[in-house]
Amino acid sequence: MQLPDAETLCHQLAEQIRPHLQPNTVLIGIRTGGEWLARRLNVLLELRQPSGAIDISFYRDDYGAKGLHASPQRTSIPFSIENAPVILVDDVLYTGRTTRAALNEIFDFGRPASVELAVLIDRGGRELPIAARYCAHTLPEPLPASQNLQLEQTENGNLTLRLIHA
Amino acid sequence: MRNPQINRHGELQHLLTLDGLPREIINSILDNAAPFTEVAEREVKKLPLLRGKSIFNLFFENSTRTRTTFEIAAKRLTADVVNLNVSTSSTAKGESLLDTIDNLCAMNADMFVVRHSASGAPVLIAQHLLATGRDHVHVVNAGDGRHAHPTQGLLDMYTIRHYKHDFTQLSVAIVGDVLHSRVARSQIAVLTTLGVPDLRVIAPKTLLPTAIDNMGVRTFNDMREGLRGVDVVMMLRLQNERMAGALLPTPQEYYKVWGLTPEKLSLAKQDAIVMHPGPMNRGIEIDSAVADGAQAVILPQVTFGIAVRMAVMCMLAGQ
Repeated sequence: MQLPDAETLCHQLAEQIRPHLQPNTVLIGIRTGGEWLARRLNVLLELRQPSGAIDISFYRDDYGAKGLHASPQRTSIPFSIENAPVILVDDVLYTGRTTRAALNEIFDFGRPASVELAVLIDRGGRELPIAARYCAHTLPEPLPASQNLQLEQTENGNLTLRLIHA
Repeated sequence: MRNPQINRHGELQHLLTLDGLPREIINSILDNAAPFTEVAEREVKKLPLLRGKSIFNLFFENSTRTRTTFEIAAKRLTADVVNLNVSTSSTAKGESLLDTIDNLCAMNADMFVVRHSASGAPVLIAQHLLATGRDHVHVVNAGDGRHAHPTQGLLDMYTIRHYKHDFTQLSVAIVGDVLHSRVARSQIAVLTTLGVPDLRVIAPKTLLPTAIDNMGVRTFNDMREGLRGVDVVMMLRLQNERMAGALLPTPQEYYKVWGLTPEKLSLAKQDAIVMHPGPMNRGIEIDSAVADGAQAVILPQVTFGIAVRMAVMCMLAGQ
């Protein structure tokens, strides 16, 4: 399957978001792919606040079965989200469980005015009632569960999509 | 018999001692603890990881601080915490330790945090749980006799790593009542595993265990000589309550020779940090000017201790 170019998608996503920006909009990326993406969008959209990054390891719904995720990282939201319009950024939208975990975590930091979801690519296969408001590309057919689609960052900072067959 | 604290997949099943605990597991506990430190700065200081788990604090020996930090750690993970008040418990009525455990398991306990004055009590409980097939129940040793206090040793390592980064370049001195100290035993074990090249123990001869020569440390009976050039000074509490007879002269005399004063501390490296497991005896093993001084990291130790205990509980309950 031919994967779209992540750099092009990133610019398209920024243009989708731009008309809806409010003066105090903040971006929060889900580690790790969403964090890279949020940082890029932040520059493209010329936002005042630096973007935040959250690690959802402590909010996963499969902790009981799988235990603590290997090497969780720090969540870092360097601004108040109280009454702020938040755009949650992730690279790939799949089951929606990561988004659910991220929403729970965000609300432990305060009460945002609103939360919207922006993703680079929607691979189908939703297990929860979650949809992205901004999405640069939707795969025509859902990917089988045996395949893993992920965003990677090269040494010079370019974003690329990679499909891994398990 | 295999090490009861490691399961057949090589993961941590119980935390009983740092002696013999592989370096990879120690490092993964320290790595996992780091993101938990951030939770304390949030508006809602709570994570849902241990929701629905029941953790029993079994303190057969008093300890306000350790019990409180374990309780806070468990509550920040949303576990249900039950503190057993041992002075009014059935132990006082003659129930055996293992009967108490069986009864609490019948109440669907998921984890025991155990403090006991007898060395080996947590190991006994862990072996009992394994022998009765209760692999889903975990034990954390919160200090047993003179044997071990692993979470204290781990939070000490977290603190040292936070300030000094690389263990393999350090000179570390442990000062004071090593004889009665499970903290010192845990510290020596874990500092050795993490590759500290210069590990010193500074104490009067009466407060050194006879086996100290086999622990791979350099011993000093002169505090000034021992402190010279060290990066980390780990003070121990003088355990008056465990001493009977002629181990010590008077507390005043002890302070004069073995108390950490600014003058003695000046012999260590200029950026040396001073640690103490608490509670401190000011004016006996440590001078107030040092305890409240710029080099003391005694309060950060307490804060880091919560994150380290959260990491340990999550790693155990996630197996």
